[in-house]
Amino acid sequence: MIVYLNGKAYKAKPDETVLQLALRNGIYIPHLCYHEKTGKAAKCRACVVEVEGMPGLKTSCNLPVSDGMYVTINSEKVLQAQRVVVDLALSSGQHDCLSCEQNGDCELQDAAYYLGIERPSFQLYDDKYEMDDSSEFIRVDRSKCINCGRCVEGCNYTVVNEVLNFGNRGFETKIVFDGDLPMGTSACVQCGECVQLCPVGCLIDKRAIGSGRVWELEKVETVCPYCGVGCRFEVHIDRKREKIVRVTGVEDSPTNNGMLCVKGRYGFDFVNSEERLTSPLIKENGKFKEASWDEAISLVASKLSSLKKEFGSDSIAGLASAKVTNEENFVFQKLIRKEVGTNNIDHCARL
Amino acid sequence: MTNDIAGIKKADVILIIGSDTSAAHPVIAARIKQAVREGTTKVIVIDPKEIVMADYAEIYAAHRPGSDVAVMNCMMQEILKNGWEDKEYIKERLEGFEEFKAEIMKEKYSPENVEILSGIKAETLRKIAELFGKAKTASLYYAMGITQHTTGRDNVWTTANLQMICGNLGVEGGGVNPLRGQSNVQGACDMGGLPNVYPGYQKVVDANAQAKFEKAWNCKLDNKTGITVTEMIDGAYDGTVKALYVMGENPFLSDPDQKHVIAAMEKVDFMVVQDMFITETAEFADVILPAAAYAEKDGHFTNTERRVQRINKVIEPPEGVKTDWEIVQLIANAMGSDWNYETVKDITKEINQLTPQYGGITWERIGRFGLQWPCPNEEHPGTPYLHKGKFARGKGLLSPIAFKEPDELPDEEYPLILTTGRVLQQFHTGTMSRKTEGLNNLAGPMVMISVVDAEQMRISNSEIVKIATRRGEITAPAFVTKRILQGVIYIPFHYKESPANVLTNPALDPIAKIPEYKVCAARIEKVL
Repeated sequence: MIVYLNGKAYKAKPDETVLQLALRNGIYIPHLCYHEKTGKAAKCRACVVEVEGMPGLKTSCNLPVSDGMYVTINSEKVLQAQRVVVDLALSSGQHDCLSCEQNGDCELQDAAYYLGIERPSFQLYDDKYEMDDSSEFIRVDRSKCINCGRCVEGCNYTVVNEVLNFGNRGFETKIVFDGDLPMGTSACVQCGECVQLCPVGCLIDKRAIGSGRVWELEKVETVCPYCGVGCRFEVHIDRKREKIVRVTGVEDSPTNNGMLCVKGRYGFDFVNSEERLTSPLIKENGKFKEASWDEAISLVASKLSSLKKEFGSDSIAGLASAKVTNEENFVFQKLIRKEVGTNNIDHCARL
Repeated sequence: MTNDIAGIKKADVILIIGSDTSAAHPVIAARIKQAVREGTTKVIVIDPKEIVMADYAEIYAAHRPGSDVAVMNCMMQEILKNGWEDKEYIKERLEGFEEFKAEIMKEKYSPENVEILSGIKAETLRKIAELFGKAKTASLYYAMGITQHTTGRDNVWTTANLQMICGNLGVEGGGVNPLRGQSNVQGACDMGGLPNVYPGYQKVVDANAQAKFEKAWNCKLDNKTGITVTEMIDGAYDGTVKALYVMGENPFLSDPDQKHVIAAMEKVDFMVVQDMFITETAEFADVILPAAAYAEKDGHFTNTERRVQRINKVIEPPEGVKTDWEIVQLIANAMGSDWNYETVKDITKEINQLTPQYGGITWERIGRFGLQWPCPNEEHPGTPYLHKGKFARGKGLLSPIAFKEPDELPDEEYPLILTTGRVLQQFHTGTMSRKTEGLNNLAGPMVMISVVDAEQMRISNSEIVKIATRRGEITAPAFVTKRILQGVIYIPFHYKESPANVLTNPALDPIAKIPEYKVCAARIEKVL
């Protein structure tokens, strides 16, 4: 199936929308409510395009492709409509990019940049919402909310915790937790899916606030160290301090689809903990004393060797670990089986 | 898991028994809830606690801890009585059906009798059997609620019986799906971190396997099965185990009957602990070796659906710290050997050569999202679900499993059943999760008790109470709730200030050697 975007032909998949086709081919159309995971919403109307043979403007996020479709995404009519939509979104909240945590990773900012909007034309924001800081790990700043509905969709249909919803009507519409409780006293389990889906700076990882701008942080993908689901996540690191700042789920991972739990997303303090051991310790007269690696290793090796000699290999036992890598478990059992000479090896699989 | 995470949504009915899924495996819980929300899947939850997943269930039933075999045998009796079993599958793919049926059809597994054993109403048992038995594809999810019993092996076998007679094994969306509780507990088992098998579950008593590893490692190997973790503690206590080398584990909090564990660790001649922190266990060590965290190294974890995934080095380890494999190699060489792994890739290669299931899961090939074993060679695409078309052993073996009571039942002195488990915000012995203050603010120690029991004992919410068993006693704040069966109390085991394993019964399953964490007799007293 061929679809034309700004006159150029693209091969389209039968079940995709115009927006998906464009994004898949690296063509930007502003969009605030659509997210691949929460799907078509056609709510914000920032993604409008012109289609030959169709009256008016169409929201591209819920517009199915059809063969020979001729779509214009950059006519003055389209851009003018998009400008009004984005301008109104900017005007109806406190979107100060200067100290916003989302600066550089904000989809409203991206849309404004694309459309050349310097500052909002109207002042519709009336300071009516308080900051909700009641949750342990998540800050809610409703003055930055654009009512896109992604968080509501994600909470109800992706992680299915069913806490977030829209409350009130019209200008009073706002996101609410459990019928308008503070987030911290609601049934929210702080999985952070809403934070990950929020296109602006409304739902924010509290712990990352002030810890570095998006472009200063390096991201590396790895696997969560907690339960056995094996959620894939990206760790955002401040290289100057060699410190973990935040964690986000990998959206295209087959294990977790971007989802994480409160431990995986926020429980990373142990890595940079002050309590980490940094030197081998040897106990002398009931007290631990720092030792060099050479001292510690030769003590362990000579003790194991002498006990093996005196009492036999089976007098020694080793516990491998459900928290270290395959490679490390492999060499550990090799040590116990080959060098110590016993099958006395186990780990806490049963515990 | 015999099946994969992606297959969750392919099931028409999902039975969750012995898994607090949204607490211990939240992202798998989310997938199950999605399937319910989309209307394609119905869920049955059987658990003494009315867990969050019960809110999404078509049928929720609270069963007395330890009555799992009775409940599932009853389901199977109903299924057979009504002809809901997969007759063709039984004929084509299974063996042992007649002996199995003789046990299942016994009068003691009738819904009326199992109501007395389990506390689930006969009518509910019938409904569960019907919903499960009539499903085109049903899957079964469990965790430690099935395994941590003196009848753990029987329980697991029974889940397999159920899935086999319904023809739900070897099909997409079906399966017997134990959820693994730790990031690499699957990998630690796969890599031979067990007393009876080399990597890839090749038995140490099998002469061929022994010869294979002797040749690969150029050494003589022992051909008798070693001892398990609980036996190691016993051995340390009675003096047969002289040295204990503990890498990244914390038996002080994770093993049953803490008093006994402490006595054993005090007695053992020499103990080495390799960890990130001075854990409760490390306090007893003679030598502590500082190890790198998951984020400070490369390698692989294997998840609950047998997916081997790359972990990448994210940050530099603190100065003075080494990775576990480097430490192990140093010890091996200091003991006079000549190991020569230059990078972790060298070890991966040896795993590929010696572990048949991992043969094709090479460093170069694995990619971002990994491969599911078995994957015997580099052309093999990996295996999303097991036993397709044929069981690994040929025919699936049905075993007649008789119901047995737990080792310790309530009596006048200890009238309650204590069961232990995990909460969403903490992990295992807390070595990692408890370093994040916010998680501690969200979830501290507690003992969950039913409103009925609490009222009788005049215990109010958050009141500090004493919990005692034949092993010892601890104190914890009471969490009074309607969501637990009367007569049952529940304590999460993460907390050193209220260590559940002071209380637990060290009685083991005779074969699997797993302790009975899920049932022991206990009593609660007011502290005043």
